[in-house]
Amino acid sequence: MHEIGARIRRNVHTQFSAILDALPQRKSPLMERFSALLETKSPAQLEAMARESRAITRRHFGRTMRLFAPLYLSNECVNNCKYCGFSRDNPILRVTLTIEQVVREARHLVAQGFRNILLVAGEHPRFVSDGYLDECIRAIRDFVPTIGIEVGPMEAPEYAQMVQAGAEGLVVYQETYDRALYAEMHTAGPKRDFDWRLACPERGYEGGFRRIGIGALFGLSDWRLEALRLAAHLEHLYRQCWKASFTVAFPRLRPAAGGFTPLTGFPDWALVQTLCAFRQCFPEVGIVVSTREPAKLRDALAPLGVTSMSAGSHTEPGGYTGAGTDDLHLTVRGRRVDLNDKADDARAEGQFGIADTRSPAAVASMLSAQGLDPVWKDWDPAILTPLSHSSGT
Amino acid sequence: MANAPLTIAGRVFQSRLMLGTGKFASGELMRQAIIASGTEIVTVALRRADLTGQGDPFANILDFIPDNVLLLPNTSGANTAEEAVRLARLAVAAGMPNWVKLEIHPDPRYLLPDPIETLKAAEILVKEGFNVLPYINADPVLARRLQDIGTATVMPLGSPIGSHQGITTRGQIEIILAQATVPVVVDAGIGAPSHAAEAFEMGADAVLVNTAIAIASDPARMASAFKAACEAGRAAYEIGLAEAATEASATSPLTTFLYSEN
Repeated sequence: MHEIGARIRRNVHTQFSAILDALPQRKSPLMERFSALLETKSPAQLEAMARESRAITRRHFGRTMRLFAPLYLSNECVNNCKYCGFSRDNPILRVTLTIEQVVREARHLVAQGFRNILLVAGEHPRFVSDGYLDECIRAIRDFVPTIGIEVGPMEAPEYAQMVQAGAEGLVVYQETYDRALYAEMHTAGPKRDFDWRLACPERGYEGGFRRIGIGALFGLSDWRLEALRLAAHLEHLYRQCWKASFTVAFPRLRPAAGGFTPLTGFPDWALVQTLCAFRQCFPEVGIVVSTREPAKLRDALAPLGVTSMSAGSHTEPGGYTGAGTDDLHLTVRGRRVDLNDKADDARAEGQFGIADTRSPAAVASMLSAQGLDPVWKDWDPAILTPLSHSSGT
Repeated sequence: MANAPLTIAGRVFQSRLMLGTGKFASGELMRQAIIASGTEIVTVALRRADLTGQGDPFANILDFIPDNVLLLPNTSGANTAEEAVRLARLAVAAGMPNWVKLEIHPDPRYLLPDPIETLKAAEILVKEGFNVLPYINADPVLARRLQDIGTATVMPLGSPIGSHQGITTRGQIEIILAQATVPVVVDAGIGAPSHAAEAFEMGADAVLVNTAIAIASDPARMASAFKAACEAGRAAYEIGLAEAATEASATSPLTTFLYSEN
């Protein structure tokens, strides 16, 4: 813990803190416009917003949809986050995949068509330890063109190591931009430090990531305020990190171990309004919708401004191939506790429940039927690979 | 009478319309649009293609490009000269032509090209024997520097990619045209056939269109609309447009008396 404490003191600075704390009273001109778009709208006004959003999306992204899949490496975690199934005090079955198992899961996803994989892990310095993530990335980079990570925050030099290993995308959600609520939700672990997390995208950029995803969990704070703060963060990042492309997401809380109930509502119409407001204020931002949303809603959202979708996802480590089931255990006070008795069909706990359970192929067909080209590959690792390492040159 | 053909790096093209391949709703719609446009040069983002030579069915954009067009690999996705050079070399290694549309736009928000990295990459690639078609802001000095290096064309933008704003850089492009020793291709921002016609009327040698065709509800028909506009604009340029004037001109000349015999 001493090392973590030292790390927290090092680099939590971001000029965004002051901007955030002045919201909603003091807003930039763009955020004034964003706020106005989030005011109460009539159905006709919302329809007009949706049409505008669709037109802008077509201009910037065309009739396409990028597809990706999350690959959960570990559900070990030192944090307690009230809404998350992986919270350390939840008595769930846990596992950290071996490198071999990670490769097996990745190959399964590649066989389904995915060329863009997001590696996800809980935050645990013992299980997801130094070198493990690098090794996972290196083990799959030769057959996965696009690799992103969604893991516990790091310092910029550590991010640089991830980029060097072959990762190109970083995802880190602030969860909530409401400081008081953040403190209430995150009761234990390094994640309690709000500012350490807030400065994370900028550290990632410094470390060399060129695709950075931010977001907030909807269902915690008032949705309009949350969306405004997220938008202000994006505006700040566009100014500070001009060579990165950004994505945003508005994940809604889903049922998870621990049985947390959302504190606030974020109905479908509010999700649509938020999505359209982001599109109108940030025509070039990528917008991600995951399988936590139901199929019917995802189909309806697809043409409105979404640019990236996951499909056929599992949020438990080993979920695609059953890898790791032989190593399931409990973790109590940071220590592994082996199971005396385990059901044959026991599985590691997922982070949250999936609502759209369709296969990747089914989602791709749905997109094609809507006139959207499913794009599996949109990046080539050769762009970043030194010439001596790339094949054929 | 047909329009004059276009010559780039010694190769002759009848069509002066180049097509981009992003943003189409499907590979098949893209293929139909390419055919309808009559284009002979099609650019593809290497990051979307399979560079391993293994025929990846999930990255098969090249399969939809007809054999009779010149495939112009582009370096979109590269943020630096080094990355762009690497991509261009890799394309050749993967069996693509040694032609490259040099695109380095590190700012993903406006996709404006980085002049410094573009110049650096062009120097290296020209030396290595590539036919380099650099995408640049409409900067007449940069255009001169690039043609001095030996690029095959210069490709100034009309307005930011995908913006459909038309030729908002008109004044700068006019200077580039006046100074050009290589073909000038107006790239980006061409949102309507009239914009393409305008570029040709100004004297552009070619235009590159992508978004306006790709996102049209009928891409093939929009492609043929652009084809017609390009041909019309070029013909008008070759014939010579009458100059626009703010006042009506007198139908009875005022100075013929100078030349009369009596």
